[in-house]
Amino acid sequence: MRAVVTVTGEDRKGIIAQVSGFLSEKNINILDISQTILGDRFAMIMVVDTSECAEDLASVADAAAEMGKDIGMSVRVQHEDIFRAMHRV
Amino acid sequence: MFNTGEVIETIDMIEKEHLDIRTVTMGISLLPCVRDTAENTARAVYDHVVRRAEKLVPTAEQLSREYGIPIVNKRVSVTPVSLVTAAFPQGSVLVALALDRAADALGIDFLGGYSALVHKATAQYEKIFLSTVPRALAETKKLCASVNVGSSRSGINMDAVARVGELVKETARLTRDGLGCAKFVAFCNAVEDNPFMAGAFHGVGEADCVINVGVSGPGVVQHALSFAPEADLTEAAEIIKRTAFKITRAGQLVAKEAARRLSVPFGVVDLSLAPTPARGDSVAHILEELGIETVGGHGTTAALAMLNDAVKKGGVMASSRVGGLSGAFIPVSEDIGMIEAAERGAICLDKLEAMTCVCSVGLDMIAVPGDTPASTISAILADEAAIGMVNGKTTAVRIIPAPGKKVGDTVNFGGLLGRAPVMPVHTGSAEKFISRGGILPAPIHSFKN
Repeated sequence: MRAVVTVTGEDRKGIIAQVSGFLSEKNINILDISQTILGDRFAMIMVVDTSECAEDLASVADAAAEMGKDIGMSVRVQHEDIFRAMHRV
Repeated sequence: MFNTGEVIETIDMIEKEHLDIRTVTMGISLLPCVRDTAENTARAVYDHVVRRAEKLVPTAEQLSREYGIPIVNKRVSVTPVSLVTAAFPQGSVLVALALDRAADALGIDFLGGYSALVHKATAQYEKIFLSTVPRALAETKKLCASVNVGSSRSGINMDAVARVGELVKETARLTRDGLGCAKFVAFCNAVEDNPFMAGAFHGVGEADCVINVGVSGPGVVQHALSFAPEADLTEAAEIIKRTAFKITRAGQLVAKEAARRLSVPFGVVDLSLAPTPARGDSVAHILEELGIETVGGHGTTAALAMLNDAVKKGGVMASSRVGGLSGAFIPVSEDIGMIEAAERGAICLDKLEAMTCVCSVGLDMIAVPGDTPASTISAILADEAAIGMVNGKTTAVRIIPAPGKKVGDTVNFGGLLGRAPVMPVHTGSAEKFISRGGILPAPIHSFKN
């Protein structure tokens, strides 16, 4: 199953390292990654493969949101279908 | 791979513009629950509803977390209860109490279907059933009731219209601030697959069990329009269609997946734009974004007609099955733009009535003075029903004659039901007209066979 990870917040060092560390711990593979700075706002989008992750996606999403709070960023993990439904015909 | 703009657009819709799935509603047939007595039927109804909808709330919550989109309400609609208790209508309240207990056990927000379909005539068992509605609403928390008093094919049952006025008054008297009236709606041309409350019921033409989903997102539409302040109305309609398409695709996804996981057929997506009292989630503010200074002013009906049509056209393309009410809702107490316009006296019942000719439903969540006569409430319903009957659309009245309140007061319902400024009604009596009873004949263009 593929999911989209989005990380937004104030730019600072080490964000990618912390988020990819979290994903690695969960046995989630990063397939694609893009990162931009919009003004002083950090925005990173990853497409990940969760098929080898032992937890269900809802639990991963909850844990990612918690991890985000610890590092002062908004971190969301969402099933890719919500984006596919809204942006692909 | 999605581009950054697409991903951020979806996230902003959800986090900043109040995009949500307003409701996942499970429709359940109660016809297999009919037993020899009201007591046994009530027991069977409770067991059946609790068994069928057992996984509804956890499944919806799981989907909400996986997709990162709020699912605000989880609801159940059932077969009109008047049919289930036809052999012992005086025992209908027992079924009402059983349904309310089931709603509590399931953790759902509302359960609809304490209903009677009397659009052509009121059968004896339905007369008795209707007399139980105020007590059923007073003694339950999550139960919603509805009555269909007319249709484009049958005309309007004016005896039922007269009775509904009395029932609304009695319900107001029995419940705090008339709150029970917020859970009671009278329709013309009621639909059988509506997932929205208070009017949801599971029609007899439906499957045993079905999942219907209602989407929302007025804030998303307003936000999209705010980027095109100079667009002409053709272009504005296109923007609304594109936005409605995206919103509905999210609803379709959730509906299909919920149905799959619950092993229940997918019914319909209802395309309605449903506001909430939260700022940034208002249908009135869309109309104001289009250039109406204050909702209720001249031009409001035209703007709403365009909005309602564009929502349908955008949404229809996004879903495999569309149904329910599908359009723009204009509930006064549940829309911050409407509340503020009503408080300023900028919108009145007459303008709202005109708006219901072109919106998805009717006069919704309107508080009127507590001393409004039953015949006036019936006459307001008759006007609405006539609009629905002649124009072949669903219309409805959900009105609260708030006990002890007068024009200028406000009634607070709390939560999604919001707050309602008490609006004036015309004081000329309709008593004689309403007391005539009979059937208001269907229009000539209803004879299509």
